[in-house]
Amino acid sequence: MSAKPIATTRSAMDIPTGRLAVWWLLVSEIVIFGGLLVAYILNRQAHSAEWSAQAAVTDWRIGAFNTFVLLTSSLSAVMAHQAAEKGDGKKAARLLYLTCLGGLVFLIVKSFEWTTEISHGYTIMSHTFWSYYYTLAGLHAFHVIAGMLVMLWVAGTASRNQELHRVENVGIYWHFVDIVWIFLFPLLYIAK
Amino acid sequence: MAHHTHAADHGAAHGAHHDQPWFIKYFWSTDHKMIAFQYLWTGMLMGLVGAFTAYVFRMQLAFPGQPVPGWGVVSPGEYNSLITTHGSIMVFWVAMPVLIAAFGNFLIPLMCGVDDMVFPRLNRLSYQIFLLSAIIIVATLFVDGGAFGGAWTAYPPLSADARFSLTPAGSTMWVIAVALEFVAFLMGGINFIVTAMNSRAPGMKALDVPIVVWTIVIASLLFMASVGPLFAGAVMLLFDQTLGTGFYNPGKGGDPILWQHLFWFFGHPEVYVVLLPAMGIVAEIMAVFARKKLFGYKTILYTIIATAVLSFFVWAHHQFIAGIDPRMANVFTVTTLLISIPIAEMCFLYIATLYGGSIRLATPMLWALSFIATFLLGGVTGIFLGASGADVYFHDTYFVVAHFHYTFFPIAIIGTFAGFTFWFPKMFGRMLDERLGKIHFWGTIIPFNFIFIPLFFTGAAGDHRRIYNYMNFPDQATPELQALRITATVALLVMLAFQAVFFFNIFKTFRSGKKAEKNPWDSNTLEWTADSPPPHGNWAELPTVSRGPYEYGVPGRAKDYWPQNEKA
Repeated sequence: MSAKPIATTRSAMDIPTGRLAVWWLLVSEIVIFGGLLVAYILNRQAHSAEWSAQAAVTDWRIGAFNTFVLLTSSLSAVMAHQAAEKGDGKKAARLLYLTCLGGLVFLIVKSFEWTTEISHGYTIMSHTFWSYYYTLAGLHAFHVIAGMLVMLWVAGTASRNQELHRVENVGIYWHFVDIVWIFLFPLLYIAK
Repeated sequence: MAHHTHAADHGAAHGAHHDQPWFIKYFWSTDHKMIAFQYLWTGMLMGLVGAFTAYVFRMQLAFPGQPVPGWGVVSPGEYNSLITTHGSIMVFWVAMPVLIAAFGNFLIPLMCGVDDMVFPRLNRLSYQIFLLSAIIIVATLFVDGGAFGGAWTAYPPLSADARFSLTPAGSTMWVIAVALEFVAFLMGGINFIVTAMNSRAPGMKALDVPIVVWTIVIASLLFMASVGPLFAGAVMLLFDQTLGTGFYNPGKGGDPILWQHLFWFFGHPEVYVVLLPAMGIVAEIMAVFARKKLFGYKTILYTIIATAVLSFFVWAHHQFIAGIDPRMANVFTVTTLLISIPIAEMCFLYIATLYGGSIRLATPMLWALSFIATFLLGGVTGIFLGASGADVYFHDTYFVVAHFHYTFFPIAIIGTFAGFTFWFPKMFGRMLDERLGKIHFWGTIIPFNFIFIPLFFTGAAGDHRRIYNYMNFPDQATPELQALRITATVALLVMLAFQAVFFFNIFKTFRSGKKAEKNPWDSNTLEWTADSPPPHGNWAELPTVSRGPYEYGVPGRAKDYWPQNEKA
């Protein structure tokens, strides 16, 4: 393995390089979800009655439960950051695994939810509302999975007390995944 | 200093670097210079593919129905595939990789005085994803049904439904290739931005950063902030194509205009994404070859930022005839005309840099000067298209084609040649042949004007773009218009023939060119303090910075330049 270049260790802006990169990653993610959400909202406004009838099918209780699970999983991500700051990599890793567990519960609930909906005939092809529903939630779920994979990797290095700054960085990303869901929950479940 | 020991480590690693097998060295390297070269040569190779497609369809337009040497008779479907592939490749696989990725990778660490990018492995991955996307887009030429034929803008329903584009495999592969290309440039962009922000040499303040670094960083930001909606749009298009969803299908409750908005919300900033690095390259060259301080460094920086911000508010001028609200069209007319102000300002500042300088007309300077001249024509003709009233007539004619080639050619071709001839000694350690360079310059720039000036006239005379054969349209099948089309095609052949001089020059220089010194152009910026070519790690001891990049012709100094790293 090659050593890190000096470039990675410099910090002219007084922000750690990894954290800076995560913030820029989030900028690019915000516009991806932003574009999709704006398209959804404008399209829905143009066909409000027709879309409302479709949106009535989604179950807000499942959405609310998943919101609760995902937001709670962020708590352990914050605690993992705290542990990492104190230099306790083992504890940080355990808390990250707990966060991953939250993501896993979220995905399991979602897969049951989707299975029910698809088996009742509400597929991605059946109506534009459902096209957006599956695309938005699917893209979000994809981010949940990616976040979990990265978190497992970070937890692995953190448990050996290495690269502890990554715990914070993956936490920032996880909060972003939460925030996207906070937009999706009302738009896909509450608005009828 | 910790820096010092690090640098020593790198010196030791450098020796080991030579023993690597060639595959590791050329394809698995994390060195920013090698990745820059990968992007550079891939981009130039793709440029040849793009040039070949242009050759085939221009031959069809000048001599309709006759077999084209190297291709054969062009069918209508093939014609559509060729123009689509030409546009897509030239924008996404030539302009982007060469101007941003190749020059960005090569210049940012060298100009900021550091050994590499902040994330070298991410950088390598970025190129590999880009290469994959390039392979996919070239492969579409050979799949069943041929390459995507719905034009590079990929408007639905042509793009969304294979019954209309007749290229079922090609259209899906096109979307996947473009999406992968976006991913590659997002990775690269994060690397550029963070490296320039965080890894500058000690003493290098924000206003000591060379303009070309600023332009590449701001272009990366612009790309990052505009491509997201289109990335989402591409996923939606993929679902429309493969699953049969109706995002863009009004029959299923979708909206085809949505794609146009998503595409141009990215597509117009994209023009500036590639323009700004070219403007930056020209700025560096202007100062060095006028032997004068760049006029109005701060003003140039502010105009770059103003251009970047304004570019988010002009996209709907592409939809003037797509049925948008005329009141909205007025707003976008105003914003579109506004954006010419910072761009014009930048050109004036470059011209002011020349005033009173002692100008050396070396090949890079010729390219830089011709950039301003040709881009000016592109900008001025844009005024007609930005005004919604005039655009109703000009929309989708060859006037548009000529206009944007007068912007994109200076950007992607002239800007590349300018930067390439300027930094070639640093990149490869040898001096290009000046005489061949000048022959290539004139052999490119004169035919270029003979290609596109006639097309302004055919466009004004009503030639719609993306037409397979004008002989089928009695109004357009006049001998006068056909003579203009033939002029353009012949000029293209001449221009392509002169590119042989360029490749011969490279070949000859690699074989027997004069070795380049560290600083052959007497420049100030940090890359010229490294060896030519710079070793792995760039410097044995990393430089520090004492002043801005453009201190040329400072009174009271013996030399007419004052390198950034020299202590006062």
